[in-house]
Amino acid sequence: MTYQISNESVRAQRGPDIRVALIRTGRTTRRLTADYGLLIAFFAGWQIASTAGWLNPAVFPPIDRVASALWTGLSSGALVDDIAISLQRAGIAFAAAVGIGIPLGLFMGQIRAVERALDPILQLFRQTSALALYPVFILLLGLGEASKVFVIFWATLFPILLATIGGVKEVDPKLIEMARTFGANRLTTFRRVVLPASVPSIFVGLRLSATTALLLLIAAEMIGANKGVGFQVMNAQYNFRIPLMFAAIFLLAFLGLAANWVLVVLQRRLCRWSTAHH
Amino acid sequence: MTLIQAQAKGEVTIRDLTKSFTIDGQTLTVLKKINLDIRGGESLAIVGASGSGKTTLLRILAGLEEPDAGGVLIDGAPVHGLGRERSVIFQEPRLLPWLTVLGNVAFGLEVQGEPKSEAAERARHYIRLVGLGEFEGAWPRQLSGGMAQRVGIARALTVQPEILLLDEPLGALDAMTKMTMQEELNRIWAEEKVTLVLVTHDLEEAIFLADRVLVLPKAKGGAIRLIDIDLPRPRDRNDPAFVRYRRQLMSEFGLH
Ligand SMILES: Nc1ncnc2c1ncn2[C@@H]1O[C@H](COP(=O)(O)OP(=O)(O)OP(=O)(O)O)[C@@H](O)[C@H]1O
Ligand SMILES: [Mg+2]
Repeated sequence: MTYQISNESVRAQRGPDIRVALIRTGRTTRRLTADYGLLIAFFAGWQIASTAGWLNPAVFPPIDRVASALWTGLSSGALVDDIAISLQRAGIAFAAAVGIGIPLGLFMGQIRAVERALDPILQLFRQTSALALYPVFILLLGLGEASKVFVIFWATLFPILLATIGGVKEVDPKLIEMARTFGANRLTTFRRVVLPASVPSIFVGLRLSATTALLLLIAAEMIGANKGVGFQVMNAQYNFRIPLMFAAIFLLAFLGLAANWVLVVLQRRLCRWSTAHH
Repeated sequence: MTLIQAQAKGEVTIRDLTKSFTIDGQTLTVLKKINLDIRGGESLAIVGASGSGKTTLLRILAGLEEPDAGGVLIDGAPVHGLGRERSVIFQEPRLLPWLTVLGNVAFGLEVQGEPKSEAAERARHYIRLVGLGEFEGAWPRQLSGGMAQRVGIARALTVQPEILLLDEPLGALDAMTKMTMQEELNRIWAEEKVTLVLVTHDLEEAIFLADRVLVLPKAKGGAIRLIDIDLPRPRDRNDPAFVRYRRQLMSEFGLH
């Protein structure tokens, strides 16, 4: 969403005419209202309902108290440590899933026999909830960082792997044949046709995986962790520090939005040729 | 380069070419002992009923398909598989959607190891030749069907083949665009001095573009027919002689 706004403002800068600029600004405001109006209303409603006592303020504290808990947590550095450790866990797992899932998917998608042999087991693994396997990973790797990173890695690997395989398999064979008529060998065909054609599909997998990574991160941090944003949600609730709990929840939502935004921007840069933005 | 060599370039010799397919356990002989000599620089159209093997013949010439028996010689040398002296233009433009017009046209050259800047330079020349000079930065999705097909033609030309193989390249276009493109193909063929082998459903297109029209037999194993089109170029579709050729070709298919 953000990129649309920045597009508008770039266009607005081009017109030297102040009136045009004003009209553009008006339009941007209207667009902002259209996009975020309901969200703002939601927070305003929460604030009013909580201070007026329509909602139990012990469960839903006013937004300003959540915000100040967030601010205190961030400025004191307490939450920053949690963010850092959470990002590290999710980041390592996601990077490993990307580093293994994409090359493996590209390879598997190209070779029919490999893909056919591995597909049933992949489907089985994918359908088995990573959370259900978490106890197994804990038994194998202990309750420390390794099992946490591994469960996230496991859950993020499959969306990336399957999306990559799907992307490679769906490359139009007519385009490959066209490349061959110009004398392209296997490697060139892969580099110039198969790989770029798979990029949109790979991004679908990446974005799905990023969401999954955060989901699993929170779950993993709720069991046997003493740091991390997910741990803070549980810990604050346990100690009845409800504003801090909501602060941590919003932080997680924000991390999810930020991850998705990074991927969207990257996708738009790599897929400028495509009309599909999302 | 001497004149004699120049004339010999792009000469295609087809000897006893036979090809069959197995469909559902049944063997279907599509091409049976075809013999044909295509002169260098000639424009040959291949017509025939649907399923008569036009595409199969063209794909064998391209090297995308191997014959069961017999073979193809190009400039006297037997060919197996694909080769740089041949370019194929398919019915669909087959553009790479992630490359601009320029990128697509330069693609063939780049694949063949030409440095990027030289490939781009030559590509620009052919983009102008097909009349798309303004569109070199456009994405394929922004092009009309006719424009996309022109890009495909330019891409095939940049590698400067001796032989241009076209399988119903204008089949998907509307009647008006088709006629314009036929005129362009006529001009390009004359300018580039390539051997043109054009598979088409359109008898008028065959007469408009070809020196000779090859009619594939309807009954398998029947004889092929060759019809010389002896008309000055550019050809006039309303010329009585043109119309006579059309009638003659139609009668080959039992049409009136
Ligand atoms: N790869 C293949 N496998 C099996 N049979 C094939 C194959 N390719 C072509 N055929 C068969 O060969 C015959 C000729 O096909 P071809 O595509 O050459 O016809 P065509 O003259 O180009 O027809 P159209 O005018 O409809 O394009 C058809 O009966 C078709 O079923
Ligand atoms: Mg055909």
